[in-house]
Amino acid sequence: MLTESEPHYRQPLLKTPFHERALAVSQIDSFVPWAGYTTVDVFTHVEQEYFAIRNASSLYDLTPMVKYVITGPDALRFLNRLVTRDVRKLAPGKVAYTVWCDDAGHLIDDGTVFCIAPNQYRVCTAERQLDWFQASAIGFDVEIREVTEEVAALAVQGPTSAKLLKAVGLAGIERLKPFEHGEFVMPRGEGGAARISMMVSRTGFTGDLGYELWMQPADAESVWDALMAVGSTRAVRPIGSRALNMARIEAGFVLPNLDFVSAAHTLYLGTERSPLELGLAWLVDFKKGHFTGRRALMAEVARGPLRQLVGLDIEGTKPAHNALLYTDRSGKKEAGSVTSATWSPTCKRNLALAMVDAPYIATGSTVWAEIYLNRELVWQRRMVRARVVERPFFAPARRRATPPADL
Amino acid sequence: MNAPARARYDSIVVGGGHNGLVCAAYLARGGRKVLVLEAAERLGGAAVTREFAPGFSVSACAHLLHLMPPTLFRELGLAAHGLKLAAEKLPTVALAQDSHHLTLGPAESALLAERSGRDATALTEWRALLKRLSRALHPLLAATPPRLGTEAWSDRAALLGLGWRIRRLGRADMRELLHIGGMCVHDLLEDRFSLPLLKGALALDAVLGTNYGPRSPGTVMSLLYRVAASQGADTLSVPHGGLGALAEALANAARAAGATLRTGAPVERITVREDRVTGVVLSSGEEIAAENVISSADPKSTFLKLLGSEHLDAGFVRRVAQVRSRGLAAKLHLALDRLPQFPGLTEAALRARLLVAPSSDYIERAYNHAKYNEFSHSPMLEVTIPTLADHSLAPAGKHVMSVIVQYAPYALAGGWHDKRQAFTDRILDTLAAYAPDLRAAISASELLTPPDIEREFRISGGHWHHAELALDQFLMVRPVPGAAQYHTPVPGLFLCGAGCHPGGGVMGLPGRNAARQVIREAA
Repeated sequence: MLTESEPHYRQPLLKTPFHERALAVSQIDSFVPWAGYTTVDVFTHVEQEYFAIRNASSLYDLTPMVKYVITGPDALRFLNRLVTRDVRKLAPGKVAYTVWCDDAGHLIDDGTVFCIAPNQYRVCTAERQLDWFQASAIGFDVEIREVTEEVAALAVQGPTSAKLLKAVGLAGIERLKPFEHGEFVMPRGEGGAARISMMVSRTGFTGDLGYELWMQPADAESVWDALMAVGSTRAVRPIGSRALNMARIEAGFVLPNLDFVSAAHTLYLGTERSPLELGLAWLVDFKKGHFTGRRALMAEVARGPLRQLVGLDIEGTKPAHNALLYTDRSGKKEAGSVTSATWSPTCKRNLALAMVDAPYIATGSTVWAEIYLNRELVWQRRMVRARVVERPFFAPARRRATPPADL
Repeated sequence: MNAPARARYDSIVVGGGHNGLVCAAYLARGGRKVLVLEAAERLGGAAVTREFAPGFSVSACAHLLHLMPPTLFRELGLAAHGLKLAAEKLPTVALAQDSHHLTLGPAESALLAERSGRDATALTEWRALLKRLSRALHPLLAATPPRLGTEAWSDRAALLGLGWRIRRLGRADMRELLHIGGMCVHDLLEDRFSLPLLKGALALDAVLGTNYGPRSPGTVMSLLYRVAASQGADTLSVPHGGLGALAEALANAARAAGATLRTGAPVERITVREDRVTGVVLSSGEEIAAENVISSADPKSTFLKLLGSEHLDAGFVRRVAQVRSRGLAAKLHLALDRLPQFPGLTEAALRARLLVAPSSDYIERAYNHAKYNEFSHSPMLEVTIPTLADHSLAPAGKHVMSVIVQYAPYALAGGWHDKRQAFTDRILDTLAAYAPDLRAAISASELLTPPDIEREFRISGGHWHHAELALDQFLMVRPVPGAAQYHTPVPGLFLCGAGCHPGGGVMGLPGRNAARQVIREAA
């Protein structure tokens, strides 16, 4: 908890309900701040953790995700005016990924909306949104409450994740379809006398089969312990943010402050990004009625794009971190820049997300990336060919299969 | 939607106050089919004459006519439409407790010279400067404000035009305008004048109807504004029959041009379909379609109540919700059995506008209370006795006194309900210092606090100008960016009330500018 007596720069970072468990497993004590919490960047080794996501199951503590409960007679109308998707289509038990914009159609944040019951929603966001939500609530009969600290959240992701959850006793988990959520009960202790109930959603940030568990903070350690106990013989690993970042790039997901800066935080004019520029046009429903930014986005559609976030497949094996992109090998004329990059161990491809100028956004276009190679402290500059390819880079059928394969 | 006769009207004007009527008249003269919908049973909005005690009538909100530019009277032919002035070029009398009152107006400099030759000269110079500045600034008020940061030729031309007119003032006046433009009126008066009574009277004009005291920044600007709006005329007049007669003349002008006016027709909501305004729904449920809707209601009522947040972007709604619109002026009406005696003033002199603002500090002290949501213990007053020039307002031999009182906060600490009498007593005590027999002459009284004004005239916050007149709510940011050029983010919806440029008071320019903008955009 924040303490009144201390200035903000002396406030300790919060510890999530999984912190003690994470600390015990961490080999290199690599913690980083995230939304006011201290969280694990790497437990052991990035690649090792990455392979838990793709080949077995991973546990990722996402408690710092900012969570809001939205209720009241106008909750639906409020949300539909806030976000770019049509929330009227979201039935109880469903989850939707969406974004929201300011008046200029610039992206403020992305997140997930859970419909719990009619006019009762939970919204999970990357950054704190209370100010914007309250501005958006003027004229609506709606209550907005932040519940970040009241809910512990754990992502269980990977091809064996359904099996793992079944093994700890979450009966019926295999019937949960993508972007659905439900209440589940985990038996606890000998004979399952005590029971832990939690909300589980089939959502995630890995592009793989996976679930997110939303529970009372008091139950967090018991759930972690149960999963780790059952998972000890199944190659289950806790993972940090670095491994997750590799998986999310393969899945083609965007991250605030890496692929875009929230319009609430930009200082330089022209660095804001619209959802259309981020390649998220599929999230924008112009037919649903008015939402904040709609008129600006309509104008943007009419004007045509200036730039767009695309997927790049880059020659060679060196990730193109922060690379500038050029129209040709000579490197005289810029065509954009890389926002996220990774070597993909699963695709065996050198991947990147990049913001590219309009003439080069079509799939199949070629741009040139300027990459610096460090050969034992001897630096070399390389201009390598980068092809614009479809996203997601990695989309296994298992991410959607219901029931999941019984591995 | 069961389709009413589709778009029988080109334009619906919401609200039949003076700006709504002016707008309707100009639209109709521009060849458009116009319908005005007024919620109250009579037209006029805050320019209205009504009975407040049996046999006694008064201009219930604004009580003097001085801001409406002469061009507007001419263009609409208001004299031909029945407007008769009961009194014009009214002098102003700054009341002094020692009965040594100061009369301003025609021949002021001779009167002033008896007390202070220096002040007399300074006042003549100051009036002349104001006149020159107002000529440079008036065109700015009589047109759609330019947008900033656009490439549009018209915006640049408007800004260049303003620059050119200021430059043409010559070096000395231009320097003076830049020097005083951002000052508080108290400092300006200290620089130029010495008589406290004179400074009090001049400071009153800068803060009347605002949320400011003489030491608040920007009060010179509001004074310049007042003079520029009336094309430097700044003469006080009273229509025969009160301000309601002005509304009647405006209504006649609108009708003559072909507009339809309906009273007792409150608009419940402005209808929108596929991101375009389609008309209005009345509280009775009646739907009326039109190509566009022009609202003379204040910005908060228009956007938050009649239109609804859901048709607007959240950032815009936040700006609208933050518009400063809480009124600080109250109105006191007194029915008098006989004319009270003001020692030092003849009956003829009582026809003037009487001010209780003995010094700039007096006003600032009155304002101090308001900062903490208390009413002024010794309020600043603007008093008229309209029955001296217009016997139609009261039974024979009896009189009406109309008083604008500052400061009376909208959100008075603890609420107004049990403090009305205490405040009325404060006002009467203040007046009694100048007219000792006043109380004995009172047969009835009515106090309108800002919440009463909000209720009766349907102005959120009860602010006379709909939105505070201040630098941050001025020109291209009045009432808020995104609605400052009369059109709003929703296609087909326009504003024409006092909340728009150039602002409040019985001025009519917002209505005129808005009508011209609507016609221009339709072309």
